[in-house]
Amino acid sequence: MSFLEYQLKTVPGGLRKVLHLNWPLVVLVTAVSSVGFLILYSIAGGNLSVWAEPQMKRFAVGLVLMFAIAFVPIWFWRNMAGLAFGISILLLLAVEFFGAVGMGAQRWLDIGPLRIQPSELMKVTLVMMLAAYYDWLDIKKTSHPLWVLIPVVMILVPTFLVVIQPNLGTSLMLLMGGAAVMFAAGVSIWYFAAVAALVAGLVFAVFAARGTPWQFLHDYQYRRIDTFLDPSADPLGAGYNIMQAKIALGSGGWGGKGFMQGTQSRLNFLPEKHTDFIFTTLGEEFGFVGAFSLLALYGLILFFCFTSAMANKDRFSQLLIIGLAANFFLYLAVNLSMVMGMAPVVGVPLPFLSYGGSVMLVLLIAFGLIQSAHVHRPR
Amino acid sequence: MRRTARDTEESARRINRRSLLMGGAMVAMFAVLGARMRHLSVEQADEFRLLAEENRINMRLIPPERGLILDRNGKLIAGNEQNYRVTITREDAGDVDTVLARLSRLIPVTAEDMERIRRDIDRNSPFVPIIVADRLPWEDFSKVAMNAPTLPGVTPEVGLSRHYPLVEDFSHVVGYVGPVSEKDLEERPNPPPVLRIPEFQIGKIGVERWMEETLRGSAGNKRIEVNHVGRVMRELERTDGTPGQDIQLTLDVDVQNFVQARLGEESASCVVMDVNTGEIIACASSPGFDPNLFVRGITQRDYSALMEDDHRPLANKTVQGAYPPGSTFKMVTALAALEAGVITPESSYSCPGYIEFGDRRFHCWKRGGHGRVDLARSLSESCDVYYYEIAQKVGIDKIAEMGRRLGLGIRHDLPMSAITEGIMPDRAWKMERWGEDWRIGDTINASIGQGYVLASPLQLAVMTARLATGRAIVPRILHTVGGQPVDLPQAEPLGLDPAGLRSIRDGMFEVMNSQRGTAFSSRVADDTMVLAGKTGTSQVRNITAAERARGVVSNDDLPWERRDHALYVGYAPFDNPKYAVSVVVEHGGGGSAVAAPIARDAILRALHGDIPPLTAYPTNQRGRIETDLNALKERLRDTGPAGSSRA
Repeated sequence: MSFLEYQLKTVPGGLRKVLHLNWPLVVLVTAVSSVGFLILYSIAGGNLSVWAEPQMKRFAVGLVLMFAIAFVPIWFWRNMAGLAFGISILLLLAVEFFGAVGMGAQRWLDIGPLRIQPSELMKVTLVMMLAAYYDWLDIKKTSHPLWVLIPVVMILVPTFLVVIQPNLGTSLMLLMGGAAVMFAAGVSIWYFAAVAALVAGLVFAVFAARGTPWQFLHDYQYRRIDTFLDPSADPLGAGYNIMQAKIALGSGGWGGKGFMQGTQSRLNFLPEKHTDFIFTTLGEEFGFVGAFSLLALYGLILFFCFTSAMANKDRFSQLLIIGLAANFFLYLAVNLSMVMGMAPVVGVPLPFLSYGGSVMLVLLIAFGLIQSAHVHRPR
Repeated sequence: MRRTARDTEESARRINRRSLLMGGAMVAMFAVLGARMRHLSVEQADEFRLLAEENRINMRLIPPERGLILDRNGKLIAGNEQNYRVTITREDAGDVDTVLARLSRLIPVTAEDMERIRRDIDRNSPFVPIIVADRLPWEDFSKVAMNAPTLPGVTPEVGLSRHYPLVEDFSHVVGYVGPVSEKDLEERPNPPPVLRIPEFQIGKIGVERWMEETLRGSAGNKRIEVNHVGRVMRELERTDGTPGQDIQLTLDVDVQNFVQARLGEESASCVVMDVNTGEIIACASSPGFDPNLFVRGITQRDYSALMEDDHRPLANKTVQGAYPPGSTFKMVTALAALEAGVITPESSYSCPGYIEFGDRRFHCWKRGGHGRVDLARSLSESCDVYYYEIAQKVGIDKIAEMGRRLGLGIRHDLPMSAITEGIMPDRAWKMERWGEDWRIGDTINASIGQGYVLASPLQLAVMTARLATGRAIVPRILHTVGGQPVDLPQAEPLGLDPAGLRSIRDGMFEVMNSQRGTAFSSRVADDTMVLAGKTGTSQVRNITAAERARGVVSNDDLPWERRDHALYVGYAPFDNPKYAVSVVVEHGGGGSAVAAPIARDAILRALHGDIPPLTAYPTNQRGRIETDLNALKERLRDTGPAGSSRA
């Protein structure tokens, strides 16, 4: 059933849409963000204006954006998918040529007062594009090689553009996010098995090629992997971040050291404590209980996304929600693995907690789309 | 595209199936994350908690305040002075160059300093204060303090540093402190951690060194919280150390100052000692040096100047200097002969001006000879031949034994550096030292304190005190330590025949008070402070036959370093001895002309408790003495109030 067949009169209209929003999700998102404000306040040593306040402002703006998107019918967003994807590709190209250099990589564009990270936007528009593609595609052709190749190209083009920025973390997330949509859409398991085998081979090749002129990754990326594999080997250099993060998390114990009592963060031992490593402060100050509670909140968010998707009968909406939820999961899974020393440091923020404008806005846009799909689901 | 209802159903079913698979994978991942979290913050919590504490907590030692060194009346000899310094902190200063330029207009900052400051700034973290100027005078310091608002990052600070207000007066006895060197650490098998504090100073020589443990005290410590770059965030805990103990010396700063001034520019030394207790009242070696220079870190130029000075200002001549005692040794020879029974005080010998032994001729200082000489005359007129005769009778071993009983040739342990043992030679010594048999000529030389005999002014003072009391007086300079008086054991009698001792003392009385005595011109006129003593003039060169043939060469015609040493030992009052004194003036000439007047002034100063009264001097000398004493008063130092304590 496509959106044209909706019985439009059963879809709520006007302000009545407010009643049909997925309120548990709104509450959960706000709750997680509030935890973020609290920690940002604590990291700044009890100062609101350093990080917490700007973050709250962004959240407020993002929330308004989320509601606005939610009120717009989902079929409008479906029609916009191609355009949004195209614009994102253009922005990624623009960032190649005009982007600001930060951390040795071209990652953002300054447009007036706005600072845009097109790679973040890409995560959403890629999912939209793929969902729209599979909504359009005849279900029987889903696993046909030709029709598999097209979405693969759709994924690989932006991935390539992000890799050359270079931003390994985001490009991996694009790959996996795209793959999640394809998987949900029902592409044959064998393709995934083949890719998995290929990846295993590639990983071997990457390590084998190290030190040769045609090595695949930058030296710093190799070093990150080394550091990840054995952080104590270089405790003052690259391993420092991971070691200090683990110390912060571990020293929190069961109940944590208490709000604003985290010595690791307050005394600056923690690297990137307000962005990628914010979870370590949560663990230090609120302990296992606090960290586990956050994990539970994330779990609930995903649970409500999946139930919403499964209750929806619109193929585009279903794939969109699952794709975005998968992206959301990837964010937190990669970030948490990274700060807990289970994955190399790749620079992926913790959703709704890490300080940063682009990510917060993009996340709320994504949840706006999820809400729109929920509100305008066929009944 | 349009789909059939069946397609739609099929699509939704497939998506839901795949969604459940994905959801399952996510749940698995959540389980892994949760388990990892538990592993870190529950199972390994203790380990990480320890690491977090190690990260943030540093121990810092608090240097203890060093004990003061005071004189017997509580006057300050070595104290801790407030040290005004100015530091600059890069991160607070902002534009370091501008601030330094502004600062250099207020206080003198040399180009050399500037280079060091810049180097230190570059080398250290931005929050580390760098010393711009140290030991500023108060005026400069207050200028900086007043201009503080225009000098961001500049902090005027007050610290404590060792200070010797009496400058060179106690440079040798008390010594000085300096930075801890590698050698200092090596010398101590288990150096206390306080020595590792940067800029901590320890005693290098003298009392400062030998009483280091007492003066130092023990360090306190504080636990401080630091951030990732080591900046101190706050103090968590503080344990105060114990300050070092004060030490009171037996010396009297006013006597010491008087004696030091009296020695003047001579390369000389003087010891004044209490004959009953062994307490050293004054222990002066000249020229002195300013110990404060060493505390600050002496410049190469100043150090070279001190090292190259032929008057050796760095040497503590009172205990390090080993001189042939010359005629001041004659009491030892005489007493050895009396104790051995080879002579009586009345025994007399004829002095023709020399004796011949084999092919050698040993001269008396008086070419014409003294005629018949008994013990009293031999001392008062210092006849050499008398001693040549009696020494042959008693033998060197007995003389040496008597010398050691009187305190020569043994090391007197005092908390001072490089204390010499001197040399009290005997047969065994010569065999061991030179592998040669003792010859009779050696005895003859030794009998008048020449040849191998060497003694320090301290030993000579001890010898005199023992002669004056007949007791084994031991020298001491510690009066109280940490407020507790140092034990004062009663000196044991030497077990000498009182009659023999009396005749020696009478001889020493004659030296001063007989018309023909060698030190008659240095007698004391005041009956309550009568001085008895002995002069000595020791040769530092051999008089060649050619010189002798040409006639006696006057000392004044010789270069300074070849002139005779002038010596004197004595005690007063004669009838009830209180103080012993010894004086050595290197290359000063005659003992009676040079050393005796110094000794008289010194012992009178100690006895009288103030500048000696003119009435203590013979009438005909008072005019000259008055002039001299007035000139001396000008050079005396204000030693501060008695009983001064920790500031």
